[in-house]
Parts: sequence; structure tokens; C-alpha cells
Amino acid sequence: MATFTGKVFVLGDDIDTDIIIPTEYLALKTIDDMRQYGFYPLRPELPSLISKGDIIVAGNNFGCGSSREQAPEVIKALGVSCVIAKSFARIFYRNSINNGLLLIENSDIQDVVKEGDELTVIPGQEIRYKGVSYKIGSLPDNLMDILNDGGLVNAMKKRNGLI
Amino acid sequence: MGATLIEKIIRRNVHDDSVKAGDIVFVKPDRVMIHDIFIPFVADKFHEMGFKKVWDTDKVVIIYDHMVPASQVDDTRHFRRGDEFAKEQGIEHIHRADGICHQLMPELRYATPGDIVFGTDSHTVTYGGVGAFSTGIGYTEMAGILGTGELWIKVPETIRININGKLRDGVTSKDIILRIIGDLTAAGATYKAMEFAGDTVKEMSVASRLTMANMTIEAGAKCGLFYPDEKTAEFSGVPLDEEHGCFTDDNDGDYAMVLDYKAEDFVPVAACPSQVDKIRPVSELKDIVIDQVFIGSCTNGRLEDLRAAAEILKGKKVAPYVKLIVTPASRSVYLDAVHEGIMKIFNEAGAIIMNPGCGLCCGRSGGILTDGETVVATNNRNFLGRMGTSKVNIYLASPVTAAKSAVAGKITA
Repeated sequence: MATFTGKVFVLGDDIDTDIIIPTEYLALKTIDDMRQYGFYPLRPELPSLISKGDIIVAGNNFGCGSSREQAPEVIKALGVSCVIAKSFARIFYRNSINNGLLLIENSDIQDVVKEGDELTVIPGQEIRYKGVSYKIGSLPDNLMDILNDGGLVNAMKKRNGLI
Repeated sequence: MGATLIEKIIRRNVHDDSVKAGDIVFVKPDRVMIHDIFIPFVADKFHEMGFKKVWDTDKVVIIYDHMVPASQVDDTRHFRRGDEFAKEQGIEHIHRADGICHQLMPELRYATPGDIVFGTDSHTVTYGGVGAFSTGIGYTEMAGILGTGELWIKVPETIRININGKLRDGVTSKDIILRIIGDLTAAGATYKAMEFAGDTVKEMSVASRLTMANMTIEAGAKCGLFYPDEKTAEFSGVPLDEEHGCFTDDNDGDYAMVLDYKAEDFVPVAACPSQVDKIRPVSELKDIVIDQVFIGSCTNGRLEDLRAAAEILKGKKVAPYVKLIVTPASRSVYLDAVHEGIMKIFNEAGAIIMNPGCGLCCGRSGGILTDGETVVATNNRNFLGRMGTSKVNIYLASPVTAAKSAVAGKITA
């Protein structure tokens, strides 16, 4: 996975899946129909501000709440390249990997980063912000395989000989 | 050193007694559950992945509950897609209007002690109340299981919670789990199993245990487990032995943390807007005027919950400006409540009785609120926007607190 740079949006602790995409929009037909409601209860302006490649930085327990897979899908559809948080809720974590959305655990960047600034990620190694490096870990092999396949659907297609 | 309950359940599934916390293993689920919101996505992903047939149709349960009856244009598309998929695959376990998935799974014995169950809903953790390892996953992983019959799992570490002593009058298992979530915080058990033991827990009904297991996800837990006993065995219709998944307590597992509580120390509490771990004693909230009360959900919509509320409402009226919404968790809970005269009490008190299902808990219908309004609710989440606009104040509490508050028109213990 190659190095990338994006503009930062900063969110707090316990950003739950009802904030990421409220239940009332889950019956919309496609993720593209839902993306305009991303983060609606907390920051309804975000979908119009986020551009392709941007990065979300958040606190503890990002993605807590329901099992709705639309949460990582909406974040991905908004163009977000990765979410950096102090910690992630477990179902959201699995759903993100399965949809090819990169998640990075780091607890140091939150204290210094400002919304609108640029940040560079070298996956599996470090985050660079204003000339300072912040170490990050790498994923277990079985998860990296899914991420490298571009998500679980592609991993299963491969298993079934479709790609 | 002995094993934790989650280790015992996973060892049985993978036939390997050396499995311990931290290991990554592939398990074969005994049952999976898909609900109406996600069934179209599961069906689409299943086909997109290139699968033709579900690995074992008897192990698949489809339940419509979040959207029953349809409240928005196009909701019925989910039922159509579910029906098509069930027909195409020959899936016979399908419930179209029987109640909430997390009530039906243990009630109809789809989830029994020692089982491993995955569902497309975070509150799948509920079946830990009967000693099953059950947890929520997304629809893509569900599609993968339907094709392969397996899923990778990291065996979680366990937080052991001992509760001993006798609860005070008016204190319920809901007050216990809310307090524990407050102590652990909303992320305090992330990736971990919670395991409950002690004589207070042994005294509890299966329903009370299901309430607690249901809310362990609100502390981030992967599951919340209770050791099966005579009550569980009877409820689940299995013999009380390890061969049938009823594991006993080694008392000396390798725990990440042990918490000890005295039952006498618990008081009625509520989770205040808008965080599940913002716990306050109800006595400190007593002047807060309310607009609505919701009694129901997979947390507290069972017969004992309705019974406790009816005992308070008997011969009384709901405060004139308060809407009391009662939603039984399942058709059989509803029927039992009718036979016991509970529904008559609710009706005479002025309650609005809804069909079995998720109802207001998932914020799609049945009592949506607006800016500045306040609700006391027996469900499990008070997130921003959960029951209407993001400026609705949701207080989560027990059915006892909910019923007392409905009569008083303000939060009351």
C-alpha cells in the first residue's frame, strides 16, 4: 500500500454509527444515496467539505454502536482514504477491513493535529505531520490479505475463481 | 489455571483444547441471523462473491423486525428481497412479524447454550444470556459465512464480573448493567468478553440475564456471557451437561480484569443524553419533565419487564401530556401479557400498545420525537438522533423507572 497525503477532518470520542449514518437513511437504495447524510446528526456539512483522499482523525471508540456496514461504506464513498483514531469499535473495525477502508490506531496525533491541515500516511510504518513522525502498527496477515484484495467480496471472488 | 467461558465455547467448536485468548481461529457457526435491514445487502453480496448455495439452510434464520410494519416508502423492498432469497435458497426459518430478532433467537431455541451464533446486528450479544457466544458482524461477512460456513475470530480476553448479595426493591438487572457500563465506559470492554458470575446472577431469571448480555456491546464488548444453570437448561430445552454446551465455572480463568460488586450497592440509574456511559442515579434526575416513555426493545420488552411496569401502572393513569408507548418483544410475549391481564392494565392506564418489533428503538417509527423533547426509554442506546432529531433527550432506564416516570410525568425512581 503506497504512501498518501490528505486534508484532515477532526472528530471527537465515541463517534457512533448512528452519527456516521442514521438508521432512517439505511433503507435508501445505494450508498451513493446515503453519502449526503454522512455524519448528519453531528456535522451535516461534512459530506460537502470532504474531498477524495481526505483523512479523518478521531478519538477513542470510533464506530461504536450498530453493525451497520453502511458506516464504513459511507465514509469510503465520501472519498476518505483512512481513519486514524485512538481506538475503534470491533464490528466497525471488521466491516472497514472487509470494505477495503484503511484504519490506523494512533493516540498521539490527536493532541496536535488541526482540521484543514495536511497529513501523510506511510501504511504500516508512520504518520507524518508538520515534519514530525508518529509510529503506527501493521495489521495481522489475514486482515492484510483481505485489504490487499480490496475487501472481502474480492477475496471471496478470488476463492470462487471469479477473479 | 482453568479456562474462561468464551475459551470453553470456542474450544468445543474448533475441537482444540489448547485455544486461548489472543489466538485467531476459524469457527463454524451453529446458527446465523439476518434481519430485514440488511437482508438485501447480504443477498447481493452473496451472489456478487460468486456463491450459489447457502452452506446449511437449517442454520440460517431470517427475521423481519426493524421495519415491521413498513413505515417508509420502499421499506417493503427489503421484505421482497428477503422472501426471494429464502425461496431461492430453501431457507425455512423466516419470521415476518413475530417480534425482535434478539428475543426470538433464544425464545425459539435457535440460540442455545454453548452455541456460536453470528447476526447482522450489534445486539446479537444478547444470547450470551443463555451461555451462547453470539456477536454482531456486517453483511459482507455474513455473505461470506453463508457461502463458506466459517468465520475468523480472535479469541477475546475476558473481564470477569462477580456480583453477590441481594438487590434492593425496585432495582433491576438493567440498573446493574447500566452502572457497569458507566464504570467501564463505552469503550472499556472493546474486543473483550464480559463474563458474569456470583449469587445475584444465579438468582436472576434468564430474561434478566438477556437484558444484561444485550447491553454488553455498549461497553464495546464482543460478547457478554452467563454460565448456564437449571433455569437456562429449562429455557433452552437442553440437558444441563457440558456435552450440550452447558459449561461450568472454573473460577480461575486467566482474566484481563476482575470486578467485584455488592448487589446492595446498586440503585436505580439512568444513562443520560447522549452517551450510554453517562450514568446518574435516578434520584438525581427527579425534576426532569418528560414528554414520552418507551417500554420495549430487545433489552427490556420481555414478559417480566411488562409485568414490572404493569404492577406500577395498575389502577393509575399515565400523566396527561405523556405518551407511554409499549412494544412487546415478541408475539408470544404479547400473548402471555394478554393472558395475564397486563395489556388491559396498560390500556386502562392510557398506554399506546404497538406491535412486537423494534419500534421506536431504531428510530424509524412509532413515536419519533423532535427538538427539546425528553423520553425515558428502556432500550439500549441514547445516541444523538436515535429517536428523532439530534436534540431529543433520551434517558435509558429500567421498566420500573420508566413506568413510575410515565405516571409522574417526570423522571421518578
